[in-house]
Amino acid sequence: MASLTTSALQQAIEFHEVASKLRPTTLRMLGIPRTKRMETLMSDFDQFRSETRAWLEANCPPEMRKPMSSDEDTFWGGRHAKYSSELQRIWFERMRDRGWTVPHWPKEYGGGGLDGEQTKILRQEMAAISARLPLVSFGISMLGPALLKYGTDAQKQEHLPKIAAGLIRWCQGYSEPNAGSDLASLQTRAESDGDDYLITGQKIWTSYANYADWIFCLVRTDASGKKHDGISFILFDMTSKGVSTKPILLISGKSPFCETFFDNVRVPKSHVLGTVDRGWDVAKYLLQHERAMISGMGERGAGRPLGQIAVDSIGADAQGRLDDAMLRGQIASFEVDEAALACAAERAADLAKAGQAHPAFSSAMKYYGTELNKRRHEILMSSGGIDALEWESQRSHEGARPRAWLRTKANSIEGGTSEVMLGIVAKRILDLPGA
Amino acid sequence: MPLLLNEEQTMLRDSARGFIGDKAPVSHFRQLRDAKDATGFSRDYWRAFSEMGFAGLLVPEAFGGSGLGAVEAGVVMEEIGRTLMPSPFFSTAVLGVSALNRGSDAQKSEYLPKIASGVLLAALAIDEGAKHRPLQTAMKAARSGNGFKLNGAKAFVVDGHTADLLIVAARSAGAPGERDGLTLFLVDPKAKGVALERTAMVDSHNAARITFENVEVTADSLLGDVDQGGALLDSVLNIGCGAVAAEMVGLSDEVFGRTVTYLKERKQFGKLIGEFQALQHRAAHLYTEIEVTRAAVLKALQLIDDGAPTAPAAIAVAKAKAGTTATLAVQEGVQMHGGMGMTDQFDIGFFMKRARVCQELLGDSNYHADQLARLKNY
Repeated sequence: MASLTTSALQQAIEFHEVASKLRPTTLRMLGIPRTKRMETLMSDFDQFRSETRAWLEANCPPEMRKPMSSDEDTFWGGRHAKYSSELQRIWFERMRDRGWTVPHWPKEYGGGGLDGEQTKILRQEMAAISARLPLVSFGISMLGPALLKYGTDAQKQEHLPKIAAGLIRWCQGYSEPNAGSDLASLQTRAESDGDDYLITGQKIWTSYANYADWIFCLVRTDASGKKHDGISFILFDMTSKGVSTKPILLISGKSPFCETFFDNVRVPKSHVLGTVDRGWDVAKYLLQHERAMISGMGERGAGRPLGQIAVDSIGADAQGRLDDAMLRGQIASFEVDEAALACAAERAADLAKAGQAHPAFSSAMKYYGTELNKRRHEILMSSGGIDALEWESQRSHEGARPRAWLRTKANSIEGGTSEVMLGIVAKRILDLPGA
Repeated sequence: MPLLLNEEQTMLRDSARGFIGDKAPVSHFRQLRDAKDATGFSRDYWRAFSEMGFAGLLVPEAFGGSGLGAVEAGVVMEEIGRTLMPSPFFSTAVLGVSALNRGSDAQKSEYLPKIASGVLLAALAIDEGAKHRPLQTAMKAARSGNGFKLNGAKAFVVDGHTADLLIVAARSAGAPGERDGLTLFLVDPKAKGVALERTAMVDSHNAARITFENVEVTADSLLGDVDQGGALLDSVLNIGCGAVAAEMVGLSDEVFGRTVTYLKERKQFGKLIGEFQALQHRAAHLYTEIEVTRAAVLKALQLIDDGAPTAPAAIAVAKAKAGTTATLAVQEGVQMHGGMGMTDQFDIGFFMKRARVCQELLGDSNYHADQLARLKNY
């Protein structure tokens, strides 16, 4: 009898969960009345949306609702954190205090404890007013998800709250001079020495290593087996003895990447994330998040529409159409692809929430998003014409547009090249032979 | 709302896929084509469609239908796209019903129950020139007594040859290019002055050219308001575009699936051709395009159902994107099948032909990209 009651209850719950997703028309067709519980669920989300909207309206300074025009507009946190303005500090602190620098992380780690639907609502409401992200960091977008999945309780307690509060800035030690696309052939050694490892080797393309407080790093703990085996994922402080960095000057004239050197750096073995010698699993998991992040760089919901930017500099014909028919066509087909990609990103997140996502799908998104972002910046250069060629002047904001254009050329290289992404899709999703 | 099919819609998809895959695989279409069938589709299967509730999918419950929306219509269209099943679903259940849903109560009572029960077929007549340009409608509707007199010619009227009811866009005022002055009429194809020519199309699906010479219609045959048919037409074309885009997703996915299978079977140079990186990367690119398109199309259909103000832009995106993706899918499909892809015996060419027709149907990718640019003011 008891079990019968339980199963009936279970059925009712499942039924309500299904029914809550149905539209009124469908419900009518099935002859299902809208129940109290469904009304409550829907109104909970509606209420969360209106509260969030009101809070953002009251707490997001107008200056923080303008598109970011340069790297300085991004707040990265860290021991040497710099705010570009007082308002940037206020906006960050208000969001941090709500746990909304990482809205979907558990509250115990400094997150907002929001569920998937609430997180989506918060993102939508922020996008609606073009609110800037209060804190950008590789700790949030890359390491955090890996820590949540593979970290010990002690590791999570130690690192996650500091990431959420912007206290520690992280960098990623993956690529090496001879391990780029073929990342698993990395050579940086970690030799056992009692309770510690001694790490020696070189990393390259380490983003902002010269500003970072800690590094998450792939090292070889065992060189005897296959290359994917014997890699460990380890965390250490960049102020450790034996760590040095050297910025690399890029074609954009900027130095977002470094060479990073390790000379017998002593790191406790307890700093390994996940299992020793199984760091490739952690690395791959993290790469999925990195690729999802990079694919998002092609998305620009807010800001002045591309076609308008072009009209600003080129002008419009009598009917208000951009006075360059070929460019107008290019922009329009770009915007078709960009809008479609935004839908795909939304769908990918919804599939992930529903547990239906293919783990390699982020590779497809990374490929598509980065190629699109390169196209966007080609269009921006074309729209600006000769004005977009200035490299050093106040008028050109020190060549902001051409420097950004050149920066995007790395999008389809970093985090796995477009060709590597296509190879992953061919092998893991399409199951093509020998891929 | 998640950008996924819900349980209900998934069940609908499974039942559509089950019926269509079982009764109307591509061989069914091939038979109709080879026989030069006079109807061009199976009336038995249309009856089955109506029994399953598909014919009345968009018909409100009060008029004997299921009262479902654009997403559900897209679900059925996607399955039709997979097997190229010739069916009046698009012309009647999508275009016809969404037009009649905006008619008077008398019109709804007269036509919608008949459509839902599968006994009445409709067709929408808009296009006149080589390209889809609804605002360029030149066909004249001149006032005559209590009603109107229609003169002009329509082309690419999908399923026009079997229609029991024509829904015709004509100009009651203004000049071609103007939005005001468009009016929609319900016309009996057997009326005096209507001449119909079934047009054999490259894809062996069904269309007609229709001329109207002094066709008299009464005031009762007005659909919506005089001169203000633009808004009504927009809403019909929006859902129509979403439906064709969904058909193209189904078509693209099917071609892609067949092509990937072939890459895993065909050997050259002592290897499976799917081992060649040149083909792997092209297949992976096409996969990505199809998934991106699938999301854009579902989004547009959801926004139509929500009555969202952003729906027109989303529809332009969906139709433009689905067109370029389908074009890519069928070209890669034929190319990767090599010489076999060029043979009539192989099905893949059917998909190429159908994709070309779907591109033009209700506006090609260029048209819809241009619509998006106009909506965004550049």
